[in-house]
Amino acid sequence: IVSTFNNYNDLYPDWTQTEVSTGTSIMAVEFEGGVVIGADSRTTTGAYIANRVTDKLTPIHERIFCCRSGSAADTQAIADAVTYQLGFHSIELDEAPLVQTAASLFRDMCYRYREELMAGIIVAGWDPRRGGQVYTVPVGGMMTRQPVSVGGSGSSYIYGYVDSNYRAGMSKEECLKFTAEALTLAMERDGSSGGVVRLAVISEQGVERQVILGNQLPKFSTV
Amino acid sequence: MASVSVCQYHSGGFSFENCKRNALLEADINKLGFSSPAARKTGTTICGVVYKDGVVLGADTRATEGMVVADKNCSKIHYISPNIYCCGAGTAADTEMTTQIISSNLELHSLSTGRLPRVTTANRMLKQMLFRYQGYIGAALVLGGVDCNGPHLYSIYPHGSTDKLPYVTMGSGSLAAMAVFEDRYRPNMEEEEAKRLVRDAIAAGIFNDLGSGSNIDLCVITKGNVDYLRPHDMANKKGVREDKVYGRPVTGSYRYKHGTTGVLTKAVTPLNLEVVEESVQTMDTS
Repeated sequence: IVSTFNNYNDLYPDWTQTEVSTGTSIMAVEFEGGVVIGADSRTTTGAYIANRVTDKLTPIHERIFCCRSGSAADTQAIADAVTYQLGFHSIELDEAPLVQTAASLFRDMCYRYREELMAGIIVAGWDPRRGGQVYTVPVGGMMTRQPVSVGGSGSSYIYGYVDSNYRAGMSKEECLKFTAEALTLAMERDGSSGGVVRLAVISEQGVERQVILGNQLPKFSTV
Repeated sequence: MASVSVCQYHSGGFSFENCKRNALLEADINKLGFSSPAARKTGTTICGVVYKDGVVLGADTRATEGMVVADKNCSKIHYISPNIYCCGAGTAADTEMTTQIISSNLELHSLSTGRLPRVTTANRMLKQMLFRYQGYIGAALVLGGVDCNGPHLYSIYPHGSTDKLPYVTMGSGSLAAMAVFEDRYRPNMEEEEAKRLVRDAIAAGIFNDLGSGSNIDLCVITKGNVDYLRPHDMANKKGVREDKVYGRPVTGSYRYKHGTTGVLTKAVTPLNLEVVEESVQTMDTS
């Protein structure tokens, strides 16, 4: 396959030619009455940070969000397509769409085009039928519901922390603290994650968003 | 489903049939020791900033073909619509054609809606086209403009991802320009300060990046007005060669003063020539 970029030229550093990726740490937790979702804010092209304040928590519908990881272009394109499909479906139904429906739409696209895409997505939201739900659609196009889900390159570093600290029946505040701490730990260890922590709480009341800046992140002992 | 838009362009579009042939040709040519012609790239530093009344876009003016400067004063700030302009880095042909296609479609769209086009619409059109070509169209863009919702600035990457930010830089000189922005950017700057900031960011790219050079072009977009300042700053004016030295013209003159070279010995040998034949031939001057 002929590449249109001239690789022999030192004039153009490597990062001008590599695809933009959301290195990423993303996370979602279910609680009674809704979900808490969180993400870091770093987008990289090679070793350069193209955007240090990215918003990886993308609204798909009024009370359904997705957390994006993988190729920035692929996930943006998929999210735009699913937003359109879900909006249309919701108008046809004259009802708020189910979180499972949104997750299914993501799964259909990610599975059908699995060879061409690099996208790991966590779909989370609230609907009147089943309350707060988290569905994970990793690379490859599987879809499964989980009470807690982590994703992205930084997730590898926090599986232990999440498995040991998650308890069923946490409150909203406990979930927020849990998510913020987990993402902070991931950002600390993963080079492709960093910046600020973006959090959102989705419930029957709507969506509350917050940002935790670098100096306000929880502190752990750094050896 | 959405109805067919009037701005549907031909599904013919780009044809990649020759890619395999080109790959074979390139291999053959390299065996002979030649190199195939390189696509002209805009090495480039481009950037944009949102300020109090609108956006300021900036670009250098050097276009390179491999390691040679192909164009010392090319224009990298492209027109999209009366209120939207787009800087382009990457493959020069790709940025030129992509911006022209979207500009054309956006004009049709604007006539169809009866409204001034929005920057987010241009962003959507560009990102969806670039994603469709999976990064093979090497166009990295800085899109800026002012519409009914205020000033907006987007950076668009060749694979089709976009970022909406208050200040962006792209191209090989983007790191140098971003360093300037990260130091001096403030929200809600005045126009003069914003222009100075963009000018300095592009200058950083020009003087610290080999792929960028020559002049600084600026484009200031506000509600209802666009200032296309080309050039805004000729940072690399070509020097003027001295015309005369000691009253003698310098260019192309190789007459030196008598005595410049010392004469050691001199021998004169007259050549005795006799005229054998003399004829006059008139020139046909009709």
